[in-house]
Amino acid sequence: MTMDTVITGLGTVSPAGLGVEAYWEALVEGRTLIAPIPDFDTEGFHVHLGGKVPGFDPYDHIEGRFVVQTDAFTRFALVAAEEALRDSGVDTSVDPYATGALICSGAGGVEFGQREIEALWSEGPDRVGPYQSIAWFYAASTGQVSIRNGLKGMCGVLVTDEPGMLDALGQSARTLRRGTSSMLVGGAEAPIGSPFSLACQVGSEVLSPGVDPTTAYVPFTEGATGHVPAEGAAVALVERADVARERGARIRAVVAGQASTFGGVGVFDPGGEGLLWAARQAMERAGVSPEEVDVVFADAVGLPKADADEVATIRRLFPKGVAVTAPKTGFGRAYAGAGALDVAAAVLSLEHRIIPPTPHVLDAPFGLDLVVRVPRPARPRTALVLSRGMGGANSAVVLKHPEHA
Amino acid sequence: MRREAVVTGIGVVAPGAVGTTAFWDMLTAGRTATRAVTLFDPAGFRSRIAAEVDFDPAAHGLDAEQVARMDRYVQFTAVALAEALADSGTPLEGFSPWRLGVSMGTAVGGTTLLEKEYVTMSRSGADWVVDPSSASPHLYRALTPSMLSGEVAELVGARGPVQTVSTGCTSGLDAVGYAAQAIEDDLADVVVTGAAESPISPIAMACFDAIKATSDSNDDPEHASRPFDRHRNGFVMGEGAAVLVLEEASAAKRRGADIRCRVAGFANHGNAFHMTGLRREGTEMARAITTALDRARRSAEDVDYVNAHGSGTVQNDRHETDAVKRALGAHARRVPMSSIKSMVGHSLGAIGSIELAACVLAMDTGVVPPTANLTTPDPECDLDHVPLTAREQRNDVVLSVGSGFGGFQSAVVLDRGV
Repeated sequence: MTMDTVITGLGTVSPAGLGVEAYWEALVEGRTLIAPIPDFDTEGFHVHLGGKVPGFDPYDHIEGRFVVQTDAFTRFALVAAEEALRDSGVDTSVDPYATGALICSGAGGVEFGQREIEALWSEGPDRVGPYQSIAWFYAASTGQVSIRNGLKGMCGVLVTDEPGMLDALGQSARTLRRGTSSMLVGGAEAPIGSPFSLACQVGSEVLSPGVDPTTAYVPFTEGATGHVPAEGAAVALVERADVARERGARIRAVVAGQASTFGGVGVFDPGGEGLLWAARQAMERAGVSPEEVDVVFADAVGLPKADADEVATIRRLFPKGVAVTAPKTGFGRAYAGAGALDVAAAVLSLEHRIIPPTPHVLDAPFGLDLVVRVPRPARPRTALVLSRGMGGANSAVVLKHPEHA
Repeated sequence: MRREAVVTGIGVVAPGAVGTTAFWDMLTAGRTATRAVTLFDPAGFRSRIAAEVDFDPAAHGLDAEQVARMDRYVQFTAVALAEALADSGTPLEGFSPWRLGVSMGTAVGGTTLLEKEYVTMSRSGADWVVDPSSASPHLYRALTPSMLSGEVAELVGARGPVQTVSTGCTSGLDAVGYAAQAIEDDLADVVVTGAAESPISPIAMACFDAIKATSDSNDDPEHASRPFDRHRNGFVMGEGAAVLVLEEASAAKRRGADIRCRVAGFANHGNAFHMTGLRREGTEMARAITTALDRARRSAEDVDYVNAHGSGTVQNDRHETDAVKRALGAHARRVPMSSIKSMVGHSLGAIGSIELAACVLAMDTGVVPPTANLTTPDPECDLDHVPLTAREQRNDVVLSVGSGFGGFQSAVVLDRGV
């Protein structure tokens, strides 16, 4: 089963700033975008570093009426969605039912929520504001993206941690196959702006306790002690290939295949087999052999067992070797935003024909052709994106350069 | 050959009734499970009533470790799942785990547990910078409700596509719609689906208080949920879970399964209007109904019963009445359309699946459940809303409709196959 889904628009809000251009520049440079979490005193959390979106004033980008009723994760989604829609050139006013939205989130509007829940418990139930009911829940971003852009097509929300975006690409393909023309598909997360949200993550013992931004998140190395959390969003406008071709759209990438598996309850595919199955099925659905895959965007969790599992998976998939990269080590893992930002990085890599490096990992580990230190001008045509979630879900997507699809 | 998804088993944990038999007895008797809140002290709240599940996890076979690990809504799910699996008789042993999927819905997931932990960590809201040293190690699982599907997957041994759908109050319809798509598109042969919610907590009640969406008939809780009635004043919060076992139709036939119905059509649309407001005309909900019927290859006249969203807010009831008129035309006046939220309340993300379970039972038993408390119909809700008493009739094609915050409008069509 080959998918007939293409990406014709892309938008990102990342620790590199606003926009796809800023994101790609930072990736190619391998820039360090990890920094101390600035919003509160992290003493006691044993997690001090994060990847924050710099200098983001929502009022510069979003109408005030949307700003007051949204959490940061939704604001990121709104800005990234606007960029993706503009980039695609899709005019949603022609047929509002032709375009849908599916924005994933794992943490929801937890910063907004902490303020309201604080009001409730410190002052009383009548102090909870009218927007709590629409800002906190996981569906807030899809709803607001639909409303702000006039999208009446199929709308959805998936909560599968990091793989959310990859699963959403699969779900959107199923939706497009049933008649919808296009969808804004993405992941958005703002999990480090509030002490309560960070507190929810620290018990899992997957976050790095490091204080040096250049050594805190170094997967596949002996120094790996977890990963650095981040915030951000990436949104793609995915479109039925026939619709895109008919309107003469610029096709940025082809979503050739996707598959999801479950690896058991526990963090990051505890059985170690689920990711392999997801990748194999995604490649099979894309009709792609291992030799045709030019680059793997690794999940790169930064925990010894999960890293070893992933290296083993990649070696089993590609016995003859394959270039591997994990640009997220420069800015951190943004939960549902992580898979989304990885997909965006893969699309840009195919487009620019350059594989961005894995920042802060100085040497490729034994047995893995990891792109380190400098970008590799390898002219990749087919990319495999891998993702595992804290809840046990795995997902893989195969993306192709449109000229080679 | 076109692959189709059929329902072979259901399980329900609902207010007033754990198990499908008790659930259906209650609905067909027109009994309500709405009452004063007991799960926390609601003093100082505007709405102090809810439809609660009387639930003893140990009595339903959950062990101490499961009870400690699972949030209340997940416990509901585990119990509903056991019933659905037994009902279905699906032989999961020997079945490839990679062909077994899970698609569960929830709107607010672990919010109740998050709040409980927050209160401790913040010293009842005194500290903005909470003390993480007192955090539960399982707190991430409350923050991100993908664990709902994970727990189900673990209980049934699923290794295929496992996802949690969270489109607010349409989650319970959308999760089942996605599950059917996964079977139709050959991603899985069996998908365990459904939805769960346990939102009766201070923060969830307070946020609906703030927008006056919930009923404040605190003195008369058993009559508080009054969809389509002139004296309605908002929805009554509920909780619960329902699980449905979906199988690929031809395989289900081969194993001689008791096929209850087909998940024949599904569609959802955003209204692109307002997070909580609805345009009276109901154009987008009507469109979802029409698309779902088209996908089922059914016409409006085929519909025997409409399970309404019927939340009991003025705007929802009128919006939905107009949407159904728009989608079904003259047939809208002939088809019974009732709301079980009058009895089990509105359990946010869970209710869509609980309502689908009721639809399956309506087809099984040839009974349409009533709309309880509908004594003085709103003149603007002038369809056949089946007031007070259940009605016997054959149900071959059933439509269930949902509407939620975010502007989402969903429709699912169940039928006996074509």
